Amino acid sequence: MAQPTPTQDDLAPPPSLFKLGGVLFWIGVFSFGGGLSGWIHRQVVHRYRWMGNEDFLSGIALAQVVPGANVTNLCVYVGYRIRGAAGAAVSLLALMSGPTVLCVFVAIGYHYVQDYPVLHACVDGVAAAAVGLNLRLGVIGTQRIQRMRRIAPMIAMVATFVSVGVMEWPLVPVVLIIAPLSIAAVWPRKGASDA
Amino acid sequence: MREDSSLSPYLALMSVFVPLSLVAIGGGPSIFAPIQKEAVDVQHWMSAREFIEIFAVARVAPGPGSMLGTLIGWKVAGWGGAIVATLALFLPSSILCLAVSKVWNRYRGREWHAALEMGLAPIGTGLMFSGAIAIFRMADAGPLAWGLAVFVAAMLTWRPRMHPFALLGVGALVFNLELYLAHSGIFR
Repeated sequence: MAQPTPTQDDLAPPPSLFKLGGVLFWIGVFSFGGGLSGWIHRQVVHRYRWMGNEDFLSGIALAQVVPGANVTNLCVYVGYRIRGAAGAAVSLLALMSGPTVLCVFVAIGYHYVQDYPVLHACVDGVAAAAVGLNLRLGVIGTQRIQRMRRIAPMIAMVATFVSVGVMEWPLVPVVLIIAPLSIAAVWPRKGASDA
Repeated sequence: MREDSSLSPYLALMSVFVPLSLVAIGGGPSIFAPIQKEAVDVQHWMSAREFIEIFAVARVAPGPGSMLGTLIGWKVAGWGGAIVATLALFLPSSILCLAVSKVWNRYRGREWHAALEMGLAPIGTGLMFSGAIAIFRMADAGPLAWGLAVFVAAMLTWRPRMHPFALLGVGALVFNLELYLAHSGIFR
């Protein structure tokens, strides 16, 4: 219970589709300024313990590599792991239905917001803080890499960040170069002991 | 005379968003530039200025930044357009992701599966950090926004049970404080 990151062993039983959809619906509705991946992690791994931390982090990598918005991909993966294909469909629909309607209302009200500097500052402040929710997931991922106790994954992480984040090199070629190297470095060697 | 324009705005939306859905490797931001080109230069759905405004709305509204597509659909064909654009942008990639998740899950526990995961996970984490920087760059954010994001991440690391709403509220407060100080002239 006091453990900050639940492991596979102490998972809660899978929820009903209705409950799963309900949780993701509210994440969608309240995710002002973004930070959805951080929200999903918080609810699904920490609050409800439907999924292990390792499993979730593996889903993040998958969501980034598969084409499509990272958040919707992650949502599909999470829904699938918790309740199968139906869980994936319900999760995606639940997560996206609120924002689809709300973003149009925000677009209609946007001029109003522009006229009030206080509201504008609120919006900017919330959006900046929401980036922190996703940064937190980066920290969790980094801690997991540290636990691997190998140098290659850490190098791959820093190389990806420097190339795409700092140098702003195009993502696809960078991933196509780093991914094979990173995988090869940790590939199980023939003849190596049962390590 | 072709009747493309009256044929159906829905078909036009689908013809733009379905292909982009399947090439958005690394996430929504990777297709923002091609979306802008299609919406403004090719399909003439809106002016460049309108596009920037829509981009700003998508960033602050709930949901992923790719709600940009939803708003373009809304501009083009009202609520029906919003729904068609959302489905066209998110459904194809989601079906692909479901298929990949199934395969991925089937081979869980194999040695090579573990190696693939250990090799790919660090790239996911590196891209997560890069995404944060990219959002700030696109939004032209100042040091206050950067500092706030780092503060939020640090607080959540230190106190994982802290509710994010409290931290989002701090964000709103800090930016209003800056607004107040800027107006009162202390910085000059």
